Amino acid sequence: MARTRRPVVAGWFTDDTVPEAEFRLLGTRCTACASVFFPREDDWCRNPGCPGGGELAEVPLSPRSRVWSYTDGRYRPPAPYVSDPDAPWEPYTLVAVELAAEAMVVLGQAAPGVTTADLAVGTEVEVVPGVLNEDEEHVWTTWNWRPVTTADREERS
Amino acid sequence: MHPWGKWGRSFVSYGTAAARAALADAGLEWSDVGSVVGADTMRCGYPGYVAGATFAQALGWQGARVTSVYAACASGAQAIGTARAQILAGLADVVLVVGADSTPKGFLAPAGGERPGDPDWLRFRVLGATNPAYFALYARRRMALYGDTAEDFARVKVKNAAAGALNPLARYRARVTAEEVAASAVVADPLRLLDICATSDGGAALVLSSMEFARRHGHPDPVRVRAVSTVSPTYPKAVLDLPDIATDSAAAVSPAPHAFRASIARAAYEEAGLGPEDLSLAEVYDLSTALELEWYEDIGLCAPGEGAKLLREGVTALGGRLPVNTSGGLGSFGEAVPAQAIAQVCELTWQLRGTAGDRQVQGARVGITANQGLFGHGSAVVAVR
Repeated sequence: MARTRRPVVAGWFTDDTVPEAEFRLLGTRCTACASVFFPREDDWCRNPGCPGGGELAEVPLSPRSRVWSYTDGRYRPPAPYVSDPDAPWEPYTLVAVELAAEAMVVLGQAAPGVTTADLAVGTEVEVVPGVLNEDEEHVWTTWNWRPVTTADREERS
Repeated sequence: MHPWGKWGRSFVSYGTAAARAALADAGLEWSDVGSVVGADTMRCGYPGYVAGATFAQALGWQGARVTSVYAACASGAQAIGTARAQILAGLADVVLVVGADSTPKGFLAPAGGERPGDPDWLRFRVLGATNPAYFALYARRRMALYGDTAEDFARVKVKNAAAGALNPLARYRARVTAEEVAASAVVADPLRLLDICATSDGGAALVLSSMEFARRHGHPDPVRVRAVSTVSPTYPKAVLDLPDIATDSAAAVSPAPHAFRASIARAAYEEAGLGPEDLSLAEVYDLSTALELEWYEDIGLCAPGEGAKLLREGVTALGGRLPVNTSGGLGSFGEAVPAQAIAQVCELTWQLRGTAGDRQVQGARVGITANQGLFGHGSAVVAVR
């Protein structure tokens, strides 16, 4: 039986109804004070200086920005991170990205194959769809950060 | 305190041993204590989620006022803050503060189950982001911003291990060389095993009393707690922090001029009416070697970016102008979460009394502790003699 693709957390990024090139992280923005939240805040604006009376509207976050910092995980993290204890541990790369327009830093795993050697503070990266893990019923989807290559820049500029 | 290590017993036994040691040190009986404040332990089975009452039961129920405090790594300092507030409010003359933990091996991990509403659970499920991963992000950022090097980070370990070698309560009592740090395995690039503090079992306790009670009991010049800061961050918290997946956005509101870690010490200095220039020593959370350098800046020992310079000049080593982590720090003790902020104040107490033995900072008059816990908990304690 085919496995269903499901986001690891609902509502944090665009789903498969949106083309991959338009993949985005989804936050919310308060219509009263313009504060942006990721992970999304759907109940109340958390800005204590917010005048109030606004709504929290879904907003896509900037698809590209610069690396704030990065690291990797050379040892298997504990549950609830899912990994096969019988398979050799493959380190993942973790990237903190400073989104200029939203003035916030968002963490994420790097795309498969990207190592810390491929990154530097200030490297331009873009958000791309990724797979966190698979089980018998589901392919659990997530977001990844991937360095923007020169070719990408020309193609999309 | 109870010596730290991996002893394989319940946190209750470590806390009770520490409590009995603190009572003996104060020359008091358990029956003299009017209030018990426990720093909560959040793992390891029954009773596990209770601390104040757990220690009161272990010492023998005697009807004291009881309080439990949870603030992750800042639990111990918040327990001290609670005890102090009770004394200042006249609710108790003598308060026993206890924190202890028996910590599982390996990375600190969230409680089990499917809990997608818990940010601590989410950072593991979605990112696999362990505590050292965050320490490594800060370390890498320092390297890019300030030019700190792996050798600078190793110097912190060498310094703290040298102090820990002189502390009979520390878990690790061997001196460490820079070569040994460099030869240890990478845990989270750029940090190595010896850059990151271990998890440990341990316990620490303090007896706090009013000044009047202390004087009445023959302590004319006791160590005094001059400030306990337990401030929260201010919105927007613009520095990435455990266990967050993202910072607050600063698009609509500008962040405060001082980031959260710096605001913790500033609040303590303001309450104490003292500043970094008055310090004789400091105990800060060296969860990683690189993080200790950040604390130098956040507690005002130097300007941002100058932490490594201060270290290289020997200012913060035993015998230096302003020794930091004279106890050996968490690098020598390891993490026993609810106990460690109390253990920091134990070290200040011994130093200010002049009873720290081979670790003694000559003429110590003022000390500060600084620490930070998950979920926006931060604490600093200023003690004076």
